[in-house]
This record gives sequence, structure tokens and C-alpha cells, in this order.
Amino acid sequence: MRAALLADSAWTDVTVKLGNSIGAIAAFLGVLLAIFFAAGRATGRLGRPLAVLVFLGPAVILLIVGLVAPLVRTIYLSFRNDDSARFVGGRNYGWALTTDSIHQVLLNTALWLVIAPLAATALGLVLALLIERMKRQAVYKSLIFMPMAVSLVGAGIIWKFVYEARDPSQPQIGLLSQLAISLGWSHPPNWILSHPLNNFLLMAVMVWVQTGFAMVVLSAAIKAIPDEVTEAARLDGARGLQLFWFVTVPMIRTTVVVVLTTVMITTLKAFDIIRTMTGGNFGTQVLANEMYSQSFEQYNLGRGSTLAVVLFLAVLPLVAYNIVQLRKERETR
Amino acid sequence: MSDPAVPASEPAPETQPAPETRPIPDVRPTPGVQPVAKAQSTSGRKAAQPVRPGVKAVRKSFSSPLASVFVVAVTVLWTLPTFGLLATSLRPKEAVSSSGWWEVFVHPDLILSNYHTVLFEGGFGVSGGMMPYLVNSLAISVPATVFPLVLSAMAAYALAWVRFKGSDAVFFVIFALQVVPLQMALIPLLQLFSGGAHLGSVTILPALDMGGTYVPVWLAHTMFALPLATFLLHNFISQLPRDLMEAAVVDGASHFKIFKSIVLPLCTPALASFAIFEFLWVWNDLLVALTFAGGTPEAAPMTVRLAQLSGSFGGRWELLTAGAFLSLMVPLVVFFSLQRYFVRGLLAGSVKG
Repeated sequence: MRAALLADSAWTDVTVKLGNSIGAIAAFLGVLLAIFFAAGRATGRLGRPLAVLVFLGPAVILLIVGLVAPLVRTIYLSFRNDDSARFVGGRNYGWALTTDSIHQVLLNTALWLVIAPLAATALGLVLALLIERMKRQAVYKSLIFMPMAVSLVGAGIIWKFVYEARDPSQPQIGLLSQLAISLGWSHPPNWILSHPLNNFLLMAVMVWVQTGFAMVVLSAAIKAIPDEVTEAARLDGARGLQLFWFVTVPMIRTTVVVVLTTVMITTLKAFDIIRTMTGGNFGTQVLANEMYSQSFEQYNLGRGSTLAVVLFLAVLPLVAYNIVQLRKERETR
Repeated sequence: MSDPAVPASEPAPETQPAPETRPIPDVRPTPGVQPVAKAQSTSGRKAAQPVRPGVKAVRKSFSSPLASVFVVAVTVLWTLPTFGLLATSLRPKEAVSSSGWWEVFVHPDLILSNYHTVLFEGGFGVSGGMMPYLVNSLAISVPATVFPLVLSAMAAYALAWVRFKGSDAVFFVIFALQVVPLQMALIPLLQLFSGGAHLGSVTILPALDMGGTYVPVWLAHTMFALPLATFLLHNFISQLPRDLMEAAVVDGASHFKIFKSIVLPLCTPALASFAIFEFLWVWNDLLVALTFAGGTPEAAPMTVRLAQLSGSFGGRWELLTAGAFLSLMVPLVVFFSLQRYFVRGLLAGSVKG
């Protein structure tokens, strides 16, 4: 009886929530259609400016309110104290550069930034080359790409379970501990707690997620190399690994770098893995998660903003590079 | 299962004659992924395309039984953790705590009751199950996909076809806003939503009481999605045939009519790709939800709840895995059923955030 009541209230909740959601969409589309209808009647000289206003206005306003103004304000807040009441000059930046705990954070972030993208790209490249000649390659590609579909929170839980460790006297339920024990390591450590090993175990999760992306993009780039190039190299006597290093790799160099920078951007901004698996404890904190903790757990808006600015400055050259590459590519086509 | 990466051996569109019959160009994603999108935009791809000699040569040099073993090993390693999660979520509590999930190969004793418990009963030492959070995920993701999709299609159309002085500059600024990481906007946006906007003592925008509702999350996702969405859709919309647009104008159609009856229908592939990408992005998001929805069952999605539980109740693995698998199911179904759209959208949007 009680279970039935519970289920009833649960279903009411479902109906109300989904109703709100569908209602919001209906209202949104309704308002738009009404505006379209009204603005569509305007003719003559008013027509064009009105169309620009109606089509572009909402996006521009949302972008100014949601990105441009916050960008300026975050920079402003980074020069103020924890509750933004006083101007403190560069003190927050000084704190970020001189505090020991933040050194650990920056070091971890730097390690993530180098190791995870390099590992994912290298593994992706090797797989792209090896998979091509196999039967049922679509199956392998799908399965390796699959982690890209799931959330980083989901990935974090999946791997937290793999790294689960118990006292060696008990049966293990984590795959890694079991594997270590069956390989003859009688007392494997508690993986998640062992610093600095835990940093690399967390990076492995990012590599697990991003390798499929690297593989798919690089595989497409390899297939796009013109036949004449490889043929010519072959006639000149290039074979095997030579062909790979002196023909394939240079031909896809741009793509390799773009994959690398793209994974770097994701790595820099991702905080979900850390948050789910260690919460930033045991010496695994990174910049993106520290920014969140400072802002919304310590309520130190000055420091939080400062870390956001540092993150922004770190991401900026990478994204700028990708954008420049994109423009180049569009011009040459 | 279809192949995520399609061989790009078709000639480039530029070399094809007959522009009238040329297929509509597809979403132009980030630089490195051009070949994928280009290949996939060409309809009628064949399952078995002839392998070109150059590619064959490189392949051959990598061909050895060892290579195959390596690929199979990586595939197994990449699949096993997720399989372990699924297997654990289907095992009884006692079995999960007394033996590893690989025991299912020996004692296949599977149940579904963990899912019922985790959805409706809780069992993490907290009351209530995950059902409200699952519903929140859905109720957040659908509008947060529709809003930016429509708004950015409108903006892209205006920038491409209702040209005005400075439209290129506006497009470039929107495009460049992709460099701003989410983190840069969180604090000010949260302050805006909870405290309004003031300039000195003048209130520009009053504080809106939106706590415990989806509105801040929808708004934040919409704002953050706009630069990428506008950029991608602009690439597509700007390449619609000029003749068609001019004919519509000659027929006296207003911009609104053109947008509704020509642009939107022709853009369906690009819209679908972006919609799938954005839906999964929102579904999988933790940062925006954590900041703007709080952690309560009124508005927080699955990801927020799972991150909480993973931190505090790691012991009940049979429930945590069931909860995690529930939230993974949606992306996995989308992935395996709409793989082509999915990969295209995902590659195009991989720099987002």
C-alpha cells in the first residue's frame, strides 16, 4: 500500500516536470511564431532591419548576458577579495603562484595536459593504422569510440569500480586489484589513495574516453592522403615504417596537432572525472575542480575568478590555434 | 553497426560538375575532422569500397598477427569496464559484495531488482530514489537542446542571408566567443540569476526567484551553446543555393517565410546532427547542472546525483552501478542507433565548452 502511494506521488512528479518542460518549449515556439507572424507583416523599408532584429536579437542578447559580460566581470572579480568588496590588486594571482597547495594543482594540471592528450593521440594513431586492415573493423571502431558517448561522471564511476581495492585477505571486486593479485602481486596498493600513482590512473580514464575520438579523426585523415603521394614514395623505395614516418605522418601532421589540441582543451576544462573519483583529494586536484571548489565551496569569489582566468589563458592559445587552422583550411578549399 | 569513419575516397565536392545537382553541403566541423564530415555528407556510401593501392601499402606494413592481437586487446580493454558495470548492476547485493563481477561467467545469477531499488526506494541511506533525477535529466536536456537550436538557426540565417553592415563582424565575434571556457561565466551568471544586475544603485535586472526550477539551467545551456551552434549552422545555411533564396524573394516571401518554409526543412541534417550532439552534451554535463540546478531532487539531473553518491556511498556498488548504467543507457542507445549523425555531431562539437 505504501509503495503504491509512493509510486503515485512519483508519477505525479514525473508528469508535472515533463509538463513544465514541454510547456516551456511550446511557449517558446509559440512566442516565436507570434513574433514571426507580426514582424512578417511589416513591409517596405522597415522589413530588413526588423528581420535582423528578430532573427539576431535573441542570440546576441543571450551572448552578451551569458558570455561577454561574465567574461569581463570574472576578470574584474579576480582583482577583488573573497566577497568582492575590496580591490586587492594582484594578490589573488600572487596566491595562485606562491601557495604550495596550488603548486600541486598546477603541477597536476600540467601533467594532465601533457600526458593524457599525448597518450590518447598516439594510441588513436596506432589504432587508426592497425584497424584498417582488419575484418569487422566497424565493430572494433564502434566499441573503442563508445566511451566518448558516456558522461565523464559515468566514466568516473566505471573506473572507480575498476580501481576498487579491498584488503587482500578478502575477495576482490575491483578488476585491477584482482588482475594484480592473479599476476602474483600479493599486496596491491589502494589505487585511488596512492599518490602520485592515482593521478595517472585518473588520466587513464581520460585516455579511455578520448582515444576513440583520436582514432576516428586520424583514420579519416589517413584515408584522405592522395594515392599519388604514397605510390610515388613506394616507387622511390620507401617501405613499412619508413613509409609511415616519412609519408603518412607528415601528410596528416596538421590533423594530429588539431586532435592533440582538441583533447588538450577537453582535458583542461574537465573536472567531472576528478570530482567523481576523488573529489580532488589524495593529491589529485586539478585547476578546473579547484576553481569550482574555491568559488562555490569556499565562497572565495576572488580566488575562484583568478583560477578561471588562469584556465582561460591556458585554453586561449589552443583554441586560437584550432580556429586559425580552420580558417586556413577553409581558404584553401 | 555502421562504421563511424567513412572512407574519404570520393573526389572533393569542388571537382564535381553540375552545381545544381550538388548535394547540400554538410555541417563543417573543426579543421581536423573535415574529411569525416565530407565523406559522410555524400549520400549512398557503399559498404565495401575498393582499397586504394597507396593505403594498402601502408596497411601492409602494419599487417601482422601481432597487430590484430593488439587491436583486439585494446577493444576488450575498452569494453570490459563498462561491461563490468552492467554485470554488477544485475547481480544480487550479497554476490556483489562477496565476489567480483567476472563471477557472472561462472554463476550467471542475474536480477533486475537493483534498478527498482535505485529508482524508487533510494537505499543509499537517503530517502527517495533516482527517479526524480532521471526525470530532471530529461526535462533539462530537451528544452536545452531546442532553445539554442532554434535561436542559433535564426541568427545564422540573419548573418548569412539578411546581410547588413557589420554582419561579418558580428559573425566573427560570435565565432570567437568559442574560446571562452564555461568556467569564465559561472560566477557572474550565478550572481545574475540570484541577485539581478545593478549598475551603482540602479537595478537593470531584478533578482529572479528561479531556485529549484530548470530555468537557470536551460538559460545557461542555451547561452553556452550559441557560439558553436551559430557557427556550425551558419556554415550550412550560407551554402544553400542562392538561386533558391532569390527566387523566394522574387515571389514576395518575407524573411520569416523563407526561414520557416525553405531554410529549416533544408537544414534538417545539420539540425539533427547538432541536436543529437547538444542533447547528449546537456545530458552528460555536470558543471552547468551542479552550478545552476543545485543538488536537490527538484531540479538536479542524474550526473549531479551520481557524483554525490560516488563520493559518499561507494560501498553499495550494486546500486551505484545500476544508477550509473541508467544514466549511460540514453547515450549508448543514441550512439548505437544514430551512430552516423552522432559521430558527425560529436566531432563537430568536440571543442565545445
